[in-house]
Amino acid sequence: MAEHTGLGIDALRDAAIEAIESATDLAALDQVRVRYLGKSGEMTALLKRLGTLPAEERPAAGQEINRAKVAVQEAIDTRKSDLEQASLAARLAAERIDVSLPGRGQQPGGLHPVTRALRRIERLFANSGFAVVEGPEVEDAYHNFEALNIPEHHPARAMHDTFYFDADRLLRTHTSPVQIRVMESQTPPLKIIAPGRVYRCDSDLTHTPMFHQVEGLLVDENVSFADLKGVLYDFLSNFFERDLALRFRPSYFPFTEPSAEVDIQCVMCGGSGCRVCKQTGWLEVLGCGMVYPEVFRHVGIDPDRYLGYAFGMGVERLAMLRYGIDDIRLNFDNDLRYLRQFA
Amino acid sequence: MRFSEAWLREWVNPPVDTQQLADQLSMAGLEVDAVEPAASAFSGVFVGLVRAIAPHPDAAKLRICSVDVGQGDPLQIICGAANVAEGMRVPVATIGARLPGDFKIKRAKLRGVESFGMICSAKELGLAESSDGILPLPADAPLGEDFRAWLALDDQCIEVDLTPDRGDCLGLAGLAREVAVINRSPLTPPAIEPVAVVCNDRFPVDLVAPASCPRYVCRVIRGIDPTAETPMWMQERLRRGGIRAISPVVDVTNYVLLELGQPMHGFDLAKLSGEIRVRMAGAGERLALLNGEEATLREDTLVIADAERAVAMAGIMGGSETGVGDTTRDILLESAFFAPLAISGKARSYGLHTDSSHRFERGVDPDLQVRAIERATALLLDIVGGMPGPVQETCSEKYVPQRRTLPLRERRIVQMLGLELPTETIEDILERLGMDLERTADGWMVTPPSARFDLVQEVDLIADVGRIYGYDRIPVSHASASSVTKSAPEAGFDLDRARLALVDRGFHEVITYSFVSPEMQELVEPGAETLKLANPISADLSTMRTSLWPGLLQSALYNQSRQQDRVRLFESGLRFRVTPEGLCQEPGIGGLVAGGVTPEQWEQKSRPVDFYDLKADVEALLALTGAAEEFRFVSGEHPALHPGQTARIERNGEPVGLMGMLHPSVAAKLDLDGDVFLFELNMLPLAEGILPRYRQISRFPAIRRDLALLVDEGVTYGAIEACIRAAEPDLLRELVLFDVYTGQNIDSGRKSLALGLILQSSSQTLTEDLIEKTVGRILDRLTSELDARLRD
Repeated sequence: MAEHTGLGIDALRDAAIEAIESATDLAALDQVRVRYLGKSGEMTALLKRLGTLPAEERPAAGQEINRAKVAVQEAIDTRKSDLEQASLAARLAAERIDVSLPGRGQQPGGLHPVTRALRRIERLFANSGFAVVEGPEVEDAYHNFEALNIPEHHPARAMHDTFYFDADRLLRTHTSPVQIRVMESQTPPLKIIAPGRVYRCDSDLTHTPMFHQVEGLLVDENVSFADLKGVLYDFLSNFFERDLALRFRPSYFPFTEPSAEVDIQCVMCGGSGCRVCKQTGWLEVLGCGMVYPEVFRHVGIDPDRYLGYAFGMGVERLAMLRYGIDDIRLNFDNDLRYLRQFA
Repeated sequence: MRFSEAWLREWVNPPVDTQQLADQLSMAGLEVDAVEPAASAFSGVFVGLVRAIAPHPDAAKLRICSVDVGQGDPLQIICGAANVAEGMRVPVATIGARLPGDFKIKRAKLRGVESFGMICSAKELGLAESSDGILPLPADAPLGEDFRAWLALDDQCIEVDLTPDRGDCLGLAGLAREVAVINRSPLTPPAIEPVAVVCNDRFPVDLVAPASCPRYVCRVIRGIDPTAETPMWMQERLRRGGIRAISPVVDVTNYVLLELGQPMHGFDLAKLSGEIRVRMAGAGERLALLNGEEATLREDTLVIADAERAVAMAGIMGGSETGVGDTTRDILLESAFFAPLAISGKARSYGLHTDSSHRFERGVDPDLQVRAIERATALLLDIVGGMPGPVQETCSEKYVPQRRTLPLRERRIVQMLGLELPTETIEDILERLGMDLERTADGWMVTPPSARFDLVQEVDLIADVGRIYGYDRIPVSHASASSVTKSAPEAGFDLDRARLALVDRGFHEVITYSFVSPEMQELVEPGAETLKLANPISADLSTMRTSLWPGLLQSALYNQSRQQDRVRLFESGLRFRVTPEGLCQEPGIGGLVAGGVTPEQWEQKSRPVDFYDLKADVEALLALTGAAEEFRFVSGEHPALHPGQTARIERNGEPVGLMGMLHPSVAAKLDLDGDVFLFELNMLPLAEGILPRYRQISRFPAIRRDLALLVDEGVTYGAIEACIRAAEPDLLRELVLFDVYTGQNIDSGRKSLALGLILQSSSQTLTEDLIEKTVGRILDRLTSELDARLRD
């Protein structure tokens, strides 16, 4: 459409559009906008000159100028959008990184495998309502032995390889004294586990002078060996996350009767026989039994009214089976190359 | 207890194979530790007779033997053993024989002379660990007989690991009874008949300590043949029971020990003076023992003495001066019952442990002594001959353990085992176990056999019923007993949470021994009183730790010496502090860091960790109490820490722990590389926590004013912070320290701190006027208390 006003609208519009299209960035584009459409821009100035036209030409000329302004504004918008797109694309391209580079900052450490196993044991028993209690590691002979029906010179005492400080004080050889301390200070019903460090004067390929046990004790008016079997069956199956065959082998502990050692079907070979289970298909994992009446008498619990069961397990043994560790001594070397494997 | 399966099967022979038998024993509480063949596999070995021996022409040590193997011509066999002799019967491996270790015997030439087989030593046949020469066989060894068949070597040695309550199974007789009970098999023990007494000699016995020795049985046997040898069958049974053959008298007593479980002893009668006195030892009395050692006795030790001196440690070991030797013609055979309590612990207290003490400590059947001495006499007469005197039994009835009669309630069995058993089943089990039963209103009165020292209460009988019925047949009950509601405090320091916090901050947990080396202890806490083990494994593990640091330092050292330079470790556990009030077993948690603050990375070089990095870790732990503001770090001192980088951590003024840099001289002594930082917190004062308490969030804007302060270098940030907080407890929401600077443009001795004060009111928008006044008040207080100035 040709111009009729003589104001040079078309030329101005074309010049503006050319300037817009040659603007290479948003700043230049904005300069173009100001130059043509700004308050004192060239196209704005045209509007001001409308007054110089004869009155009958003004409406048409006004329309024409507005059309030109719209065209310029559209060109600016289009160009702006193009430039923004290009700029964003350039930024995105520039900000491209190698996502395979390693992350920075602290890396997580890890719990000791024994702690890892202990937490698991504690949680499983907590789910069944057992409370966690602790006791002293430097014990007296009464709590470690006599109260558990192991008098001085009892052959069982010789089997404990006890570390002594003097005639009466020793390092506890098992977590069983915690049973006594709990029964001395609380009244039934009782349902506790006692995890912790224990000590035996024994150090070779398969023994360390310190290791961990978890003791369990339940005392109530109606408790049977069948209940004990149930709680241990549940615990061991859950600990190893598989349905395990269990074997309760009659055994002897001075503080329980009946007493049993519990074997699980070997978790390494599934019971077919391997090095770990010494070809027997069975692994001994804990000892248990019904609390001996003498023990109740020592702590003032009526053995005719109450029954109880107790069990004790070696944590290193369970951790080693669970994680496939073949040397107990690794647990106390604290080699980071070992510890990192349990993070 | 180790025994030959074939021997057991003479007593009881159930229709089960070896493995089943072993499983049965284990499941009856007699744990089988090992089942081993009585002899390794070999074949082609026969009993031979050395007819003639000639020297080897070319080898001084070799000899050419002509050996009769009962078929065909004698074989020419070259033998290097020094003990080979004409007329000797020997095991001969013939051509084609296979010996243990897959060793095949072939025709061979030794220094030019042909050899058609091998005369074997016990070791070569896998019968002994070592041998001195070839194995001489007794004169009655049947010529030409297959050696393996002759000694019945296709047998198993079964080793049972008996619990201390089952002394009754420390003899084949007891084990056989158990096997018979389990299988309902008949028991066929050897007949034990009194031997004919052919001399009337007695030896006086005086029971001076009848409580310790209620029964002493002995007998004189005169005129034994000192040259006689123990027959191979007996030697083999002893060997399969883990006992070495020595001489007929000793071997027979050991045989009876294995068979019946009765320890016995033989004295050389000629060396005993006057009488046997069973008495307590005199303090310091000396006794030369059969093992070659001399014991200095204590008054608590029971001895067998003659009129002059102790001749045996009762129930433990005989004396060497009165023992049976090569020339002994007359013996006194002893078969006694010693009370378990008189023997318990005694052997151990002298550093001894014998087959005899092992049994007496656990309890030997008090009714067994006469039978045992008759059995031993009969066996002995067969080997060494001699004239037995009468069995002399000296007994103090009132001290002999009486068979107990125990009440057993039928209902209690059900209650305890969680198992309903028919009355007949219970009675059947008890009777098979040799118990006498008498029915009562609610159960039975039960009298166990005299050998069962372990049955003293009702519950012991219940256990035996369960054991024989089978623990595996007791049901599994999932009816969980009454659940006790546990208390679960919410506020306070949760060790498990603290461990995880440290793990998430890059720490690895270690577990170190609670006993440390005294050197390490001294390095960490010089002069601290410690608790020491009387019987440590080694000096390195002898001192109870008073701090977690020795273990952490040791672990750091261990890892640094294995190219693990960046170390972040923690441990929790008890510390054992000796205080005037006694031993304190305090739970603590401690940590150690060394090396880079973060793992090596690609963007920038990791800087070494410093005090403030570790402080952030410690603060994170303290924050777990919910009471972070109650803790302060104040300059402190500790002998193992850098004097300028040690903080005592306090909670409301009370010490809760320490942290700091390991003293460079301690690090140097330990050979630790780089700066090492440590912390340790006592968990007891952390136990109390604060439960979160909601406070309204202000709707009004917060404003920030930054201050650049100049203070003397000695003024701590802690003092500045305390001063500011005291000056404006209401409006100050937060205080941020964003720069600490000394150096250019700052007077020496002064430092600059840049602080951001974030102020906010809960009831109004702060006006410029109020802000000015507040900041002015803070500045005035800083100036008057700490000589602080605003930096221009």
